[in-house]
Amino acid sequence: MPKINNAAIVGYGVYIPRYRIKAEELARVWGKSSSDLPVKEKAVAGLDEDTVTMSAEAARYALMRAGVDPSKVSAVHVGTESKPYAVKPSGTLVAEILGLSRHITSADLEFACKAGTEAIQMVTALVETGRIDYGLAIGADTAQGRPGDALEFTAASGAAAFLIGRADTGCIARFEYATSVVTDTPDFWRRSYERYPTHASRFTGEPAYFYHTLTAINTILNENGYSTDDIDYFVFHQPNVKFPLTVAKLLSIPYSKVSPGLVSDVVGNTYAACSMLGLAKVLDTASPGQRILMTSYGSGAGSDSFLLTVCDGIVEKRDKAPSFQQLLNRNKQIDYAIYLKYRDKIRV
Amino acid sequence: MRELSSRPPANWRSRPFVYRLEGSRCVVCGHFHPYKRLVCRRCGSKRLDQDKLPSTGRLVNYTVVTQAQQGFENNTPHIVGWVEMDDGTQLIGHITDCEPEELKPGTVLEPVVRRIRVDGEAKLIVYGVKFKPVV
Amino acid sequence: MKAFLCGGAVLKVDEHWDKSLPNLLAEAGLKALDSSGISYVDHVYVANVYGEVLQEQANLGSLLAEELGLRGVAASRVEAGGASGLAAVYAGCLAVSSGLANAVLVVGAEKMSDGTVEEAVSLLTMEERQDYVGYLGVSQLAEAALLYKEYVKRYRISNDDVAYFPVISHENSSTAPHAQYQFKISLETVINSPYVAEPLHRLETTSPSDGAAAILIVSQELARRVKEPKCLLTGIGSASDLMTAFDREDPLEMRGLADAGKRALEMAGIKASDVDFLELHDPYSILAPLSLEALGIAEKGQACLQARKGRFSLSGEKPINTFGGLKGRGYPVGASGVYAVVEAFMQLTDNASKNQVPGADVGLVESLSGLGSYAGVAVLERMR
Repeated sequence: MPKINNAAIVGYGVYIPRYRIKAEELARVWGKSSSDLPVKEKAVAGLDEDTVTMSAEAARYALMRAGVDPSKVSAVHVGTESKPYAVKPSGTLVAEILGLSRHITSADLEFACKAGTEAIQMVTALVETGRIDYGLAIGADTAQGRPGDALEFTAASGAAAFLIGRADTGCIARFEYATSVVTDTPDFWRRSYERYPTHASRFTGEPAYFYHTLTAINTILNENGYSTDDIDYFVFHQPNVKFPLTVAKLLSIPYSKVSPGLVSDVVGNTYAACSMLGLAKVLDTASPGQRILMTSYGSGAGSDSFLLTVCDGIVEKRDKAPSFQQLLNRNKQIDYAIYLKYRDKIRV
Repeated sequence: MRELSSRPPANWRSRPFVYRLEGSRCVVCGHFHPYKRLVCRRCGSKRLDQDKLPSTGRLVNYTVVTQAQQGFENNTPHIVGWVEMDDGTQLIGHITDCEPEELKPGTVLEPVVRRIRVDGEAKLIVYGVKFKPVV
Repeated sequence: MKAFLCGGAVLKVDEHWDKSLPNLLAEAGLKALDSSGISYVDHVYVANVYGEVLQEQANLGSLLAEELGLRGVAASRVEAGGASGLAAVYAGCLAVSSGLANAVLVVGAEKMSDGTVEEAVSLLTMEERQDYVGYLGVSQLAEAALLYKEYVKRYRISNDDVAYFPVISHENSSTAPHAQYQFKISLETVINSPYVAEPLHRLETTSPSDGAAAILIVSQELARRVKEPKCLLTGIGSASDLMTAFDREDPLEMRGLADAGKRALEMAGIKASDVDFLELHDPYSILAPLSLEALGIAEKGQACLQARKGRFSLSGEKPINTFGGLKGRGYPVGASGVYAVVEAFMQLTDNASKNQVPGADVGLVESLSGLGSYAGVAVLERMR
């Protein structure tokens, strides 16, 4: 596959709502066992938040880290499966809120949990070809699980934004390679007028998450002559705590290379933001010269995998906006009743 | 109840201030207005420039509102605050992302765009500025 | 300037489910014409704020003229938020003192009960800027609460001191036949009522209500022929201020009211200390002390303490809200200024019955829009 010569993360930002509900609380309400819960707790968007507001906050932090004039950003792509409007692009609202120029390209993308990384694919290509100087790739969701369903334990809210530009001095992390694996796999879907998605239970494992994740990783490493030893950090899509650890085990990756990028135990599965949140968390502590492999997974199904090298610029830029941990430290516990109120699930 | 609507043209005209805190500042006395202006309301001067408010401010005081106005029935209690921006401009708006106990005069706040009002399933979502404690 | 008032009439403030806005206008208008003995007027002015919203009825001037069987008269609505009533009286005075009219009928009417409580909060908020405060979801109620907190903090008094004003209002409305709430309340009841926007308790604010009041303003020549009770309007002042209190140099200073008060007193040739009673505009309790201080009746920060000592009770040195004011008598918004003028008229024509201020010679009526963004003040005096 071709090497990416001139695209890098020049700014990154995350946003996590302050509200949390414990998986134990969900188990209590639905009479499930509180042992073997998929995550410890998940982040819940407040009444006045949605994909647009979270995307704008994450993107603002990305611009703060990058120190780039908003008028120089020429693309905004938001990947999400919880758009506030079925028709009206979230990207235009984000651009308007941030005060970007009008001469931008923008579209909302859908590919379940890898919609955000698809945005990265698109924006890196625009930068690489010289079509734009800077572009924002955002993954954000206010994921909904059907009350009582297994997914309700993990479906969470969050956003991650990457400002991508040329790999000049001062950039945070360079893209080296990118690959994508996509098949028609019906593991999880939502028909147009349905409120909640449907999933295919255990089928979402091997033929879906694991097949695409592993294929993407193996492709990007093997085709470019890397082994897992060459990589310092592995970030996976994390629909729960177990799946990414299973991938690590299958590829004999030590836990120490995976744990810095683990997020879902404490924020839940933030869907399109998920793997990107993991990458941002790694960037909060990684050192120049280290290599990161981020691999997303989106139901339907597919995986994007990116190999990045951390640059010198990270040292100076990292502290210019709140870190994952600082946002995580805002933690207001809510019970199931408040959760239903916030997620607008009370219908009579 | 009478039907509320967030009329598209009014919604569109409000963007500079409610998204980005842009408005007009009097060249003579420095007073900031959150909209287009022909005349300064403090000193009467007709010289005003486009300007933007700073990105932080401090809480002067707040109230916890339990009696909602129309459109906010599902939104109580909410906090309304009086904020002094770093340039001295006094603003009022909702305070979000905190409990009342976490606020006191002097708390540093920053503007953030959130959903102000959503009327039903079909109308435009009204987004606008609120204030939250700086992370 | 001297204008002659006669035919003051009020309807009971209530939830008049069975009466439409036209019904209310007609009833008050006819009562005023009957009690003045005048059957023809040159102008009618309607004071009303929410007819276009709640009843979707514009063109209220023509409507009133039709209701009263008056064809060919000049007719229009006057609106200045909660001060519409006083603004309409002002318009009437201008018409008569310019010689363009011989007799003007002012009818204030409002029918708030067609809307809900939440709607009422939004409707009052319409007095605020809709391109800023209204858009951002801040209600006038929340703004009043913020001013309340600032006042209590600045003058180091207790919330209970401000909450005392509704007690005075209800004390007076308990004996007022046209009042909405004809019962006393204790301070304890006020502070035990739930918060609406802390520190404002529910009983420190008004509920939506319906009502209508009317009065005639006539020329000196016509006044000589009127046998029925009359009084004088000797001073009137109107002044605006910045719409959002927090845009003013001092949010607690109602400069518009201070200016309007000065103009009215100067025109009447009297001082604030000459006033025997006041009708205040306090849909939120905090506006009572702020008004008294702006009018120079009390020193800054002193009004609440003076209230607790009894200075403003009916038997006190400076009675306020003699029939209960906005809190006790009720607040049919656009009509309230006319109610206040008629109540002063009743005092000055010895027609206040159990609420009579003994020897009342001079009364001051205050009416506000928003939190002081517009103020109207009128000085009324006993006939001489």
